[in-house]
Amino acid sequence: MTLTHEPIEGEHFIVVSETTGNEWEIVVGLEVHCELATVTKLFCGCPNMFGDEPNTNVCPVCLGLPGSLPVLNENVVELAMRLGRALQCSVEPSVFARKNYFYPDMPKDYQVTQFDRPINADGWLDLPDGTRVGIERAHIEEDTGKNSHAGGSGRIHGADYSLVDYNRAGVPLVEIVGRPHIRHPEQAKTYIDELRAILLTTGASDAKMEEGSLRVDANVSVRRVGDSELGTRCEVKNLNSLRSLGRAIEYEARRQVDLLETGERIKQETRHWDEGAGRTRAGRSKEEAEDYRYFQEPDLVPLVPSAEWIAAIDAAMPPLPAARRDALALASGLGVTESSVVIAVQRDLDQLALAAIAAGGDGKRVLTHVEHNLSGEGSAELGPDAFAQLVGLELGGQLTATQAKTVLAEMVVSGRAPDVIAAELGFEAMDSSELEGIVDGLIAESPEEWSDFCTGDDKKRAKLQGFFTGKIMKATKGQADGKAVAALLESRRAESL
Amino acid sequence: MSAIPSTAIEIAAAVRSGSLSAREVLDDHLARIDARDGEINAFNLVMVDEARAAAAAVDAQVAAGEDPGPLAGVPLALKDNLCTHGIPTTCSSRILEGWRPPYDATVVKRVNAAGAISIGKTNLDEFAMGSSTENSAFGPTRNPRDTSRVPGGSSGGSAAAVAAGFAPISLGSDTGGSIRQPAALCGVVGVKPTYGLVSRYGLIAFASSLDQIGPFSTTVADSALLLETISGYDGRDSTSINAPSPSLIESLGEGVDGLRIGFVTELMGEGIAPDVAARVRQAADALAAAGAQIGEVSVPAAAYGLSAYYLIAPAEASSNLARYDGVRYGMRVDAPTTAEMNAATRTAGFGDEVKRRIMLGTYALSAGYYDAYYGKALKVRTLIVRDFERAYADFDLLITPTSPTTAFKFGDKTADPLSMYLNDICTIPTNLAGHPAMSVPFGGGADGMPVGVQLLAPALGEATMFRAAAILESAAPAIDEVWS
Repeated sequence: MTLTHEPIEGEHFIVVSETTGNEWEIVVGLEVHCELATVTKLFCGCPNMFGDEPNTNVCPVCLGLPGSLPVLNENVVELAMRLGRALQCSVEPSVFARKNYFYPDMPKDYQVTQFDRPINADGWLDLPDGTRVGIERAHIEEDTGKNSHAGGSGRIHGADYSLVDYNRAGVPLVEIVGRPHIRHPEQAKTYIDELRAILLTTGASDAKMEEGSLRVDANVSVRRVGDSELGTRCEVKNLNSLRSLGRAIEYEARRQVDLLETGERIKQETRHWDEGAGRTRAGRSKEEAEDYRYFQEPDLVPLVPSAEWIAAIDAAMPPLPAARRDALALASGLGVTESSVVIAVQRDLDQLALAAIAAGGDGKRVLTHVEHNLSGEGSAELGPDAFAQLVGLELGGQLTATQAKTVLAEMVVSGRAPDVIAAELGFEAMDSSELEGIVDGLIAESPEEWSDFCTGDDKKRAKLQGFFTGKIMKATKGQADGKAVAALLESRRAESL
Repeated sequence: MSAIPSTAIEIAAAVRSGSLSAREVLDDHLARIDARDGEINAFNLVMVDEARAAAAAVDAQVAAGEDPGPLAGVPLALKDNLCTHGIPTTCSSRILEGWRPPYDATVVKRVNAAGAISIGKTNLDEFAMGSSTENSAFGPTRNPRDTSRVPGGSSGGSAAAVAAGFAPISLGSDTGGSIRQPAALCGVVGVKPTYGLVSRYGLIAFASSLDQIGPFSTTVADSALLLETISGYDGRDSTSINAPSPSLIESLGEGVDGLRIGFVTELMGEGIAPDVAARVRQAADALAAAGAQIGEVSVPAAAYGLSAYYLIAPAEASSNLARYDGVRYGMRVDAPTTAEMNAATRTAGFGDEVKRRIMLGTYALSAGYYDAYYGKALKVRTLIVRDFERAYADFDLLITPTSPTTAFKFGDKTADPLSMYLNDICTIPTNLAGHPAMSVPFGGGADGMPVGVQLLAPALGEATMFRAAAILESAAPAIDEVWS
């Protein structure tokens, strides 16, 4: 049986079976672990540092030595609550639990986490495309140490010996469990982008996927379009970049559709993404998975943050990406999902754009420059009034789009006024008769090309339009307005036919 | 050499006044250990060098006109599940072979700061699991009063050390009776404080929600002094109560006039030896004679305490003892894979009773069994707390036997774990409730072995409890008084 898997355009990623014509929908829920950016670890005073000499940031508590006891770091609670509130969760009285399993990177052979009573519950995250992804919970837990295997294949099986670095043991994590509301690999990537922006905005984490301070597991299932029940899911691990995330989801969905279309069942299991091979491989089966024997951690007391504490967090909450996009959309008159709006917030240029608009700059032009001509870095010299003035010159016809871009680049460097820069560069509005004279002269110079331009097919014409535009721009030293040139060429063509 | 007093309070007073040196006190006690511990086996380790250095430091302080503290020069024995910096701490288990903690338990720091001389680490049932000290990997401790009998457990070494005069005071830990029961069987005072009154930091955990460190002594006043020294808030233990230490010594002489003291009917009937029950009644009479009002009270859920305890304690233990996996410290038995190494190490390193409880606890927490076992035990625990609250609405203190019998012979109960577990029937309910309780010697049984009477109080009711204990102490018949 052969299948084609052409995605259908639109919000949902649909896999279609060629033989049966069945349409399958992808359903994804993401679990994100992120390390909180505290100075010290979750239950002791050891530094929370990445990349130090192995086993230097350790003490009896994070090594789980006999007799040691955990003491909760208040800053962890603060950051976890900030994140939770930013994800619209309610902060609940919570308890810690022990998740019991043997693994050498776990000093106590249990992980202290939150199980049935997490600190943050029931929130959501709005994506730039307007999708609302539910957040089931965002709870606190401790990180494990790190194993490395020497000799043999470098994997645990067949290694000569293994080493464990406990510097990471006891580093505070928040696990953010998203509901299965994602329907497209690209949407999964957007979700992580958006979540990362929130983590950075709230100061909860530096959220570096490559360094492992943000780790993503994807629960992927498929179902027939129109079905309301969820299919059996597989949890895909080892996703070290956004690219891996998108590829893995797509691969996994296709794998599952193939199985289902040949009458097989999906086995609920953990699968590992192999970036090199571009495929997922089966890991531990959930059916044979260990029983973690969760129970309340008796060495810690229930965590009940006061209403005052929660109120203080809300009061100090910085504006979040979704709210910033709303504000920018409102001010610019553009849609909230418009790429220039999304990008302005991503690049942290929304405040500048808002101020430029407030100073009289046209919203659309301002955001076009933000999207295409500003990087976010090194824009400090650019004042909103000058930015608005530049856009005014452009709209008034005194500067072409190309000239405006050049002037803007200079403004970013020097902070000087746009009219001064334009005058220095010799940018002046070109009067139309001057332009007509130049264009007619160039047409006369290249009669063969002109004839081809007038009578050729679309492809030929497009090519020759580029030829003439290039010559005109060269002759006018870039001062001609691109739109005016195109209009003029078209009118001369119509005249000659 | 001047005569060495027998109590901590007298020794400290003499050392602080300069009339007796800490060195003399220590030498005397080391000599007693030397003479008799070969037979008793109270100690896993006698810390001769460290103790001599500590005694010299105390003497130097006195010579310099400084006050070494309320326990100046008092030899003190530490149960070998309390971490001591650089000194082997074994829990009487092979699995901790060779491990030296890089830190002191909070209680160890506090007794050292008070001028006490830590003289050694005492034997226990492995990981504090047992009621006779027969479960030690290093051989049993013997009851100093009759060496054919057990000293009780799990803090059998700490109880025997005090009973044998190896040290006037010692520290033990009590999870289900592990201080009070050996205190009763050895004829000394033993106290299980309110959960959270004494920091557990550095106590190697058996069952974290039940474990509590407490004192042994020959007199009620010495236990009061030691408890005052070790109690109080510790930022390293999240379950530590943030309140000032109770003033116990001060209230010792206040008597019991007007106090309402209740007999717990559920703990005076079936299973309690008649001679033990008779002593408890006699003790109640003594309290009545001193002005207390004695009545009967029912704590119905206490009858289920034993069952709940033997699910909750093993469940926590199964998790607490997971870390002994051969990876980081202690014993390691090499094997081809990590999992096999873990299994081989734990198979060789743990004794039978520890393995039994790990399996019990693992089972109780397993998916599909949790609700029926662990979950239900937690509910019983809540009921016990509620029943005690009801009892304390009408009574200031409760009184029961500490142990159903006097000290039994070696091997009597090792074949049947359940009969051993029944030893803790009177002591377990207080651990589940988190309340304080203590055992005070009160005469002997028909076999001439000591009987302990248990006093129970509501949370943080230590001061009242000690007042009644002082009355019992003064009214107690001699242990060898002929039983009638």
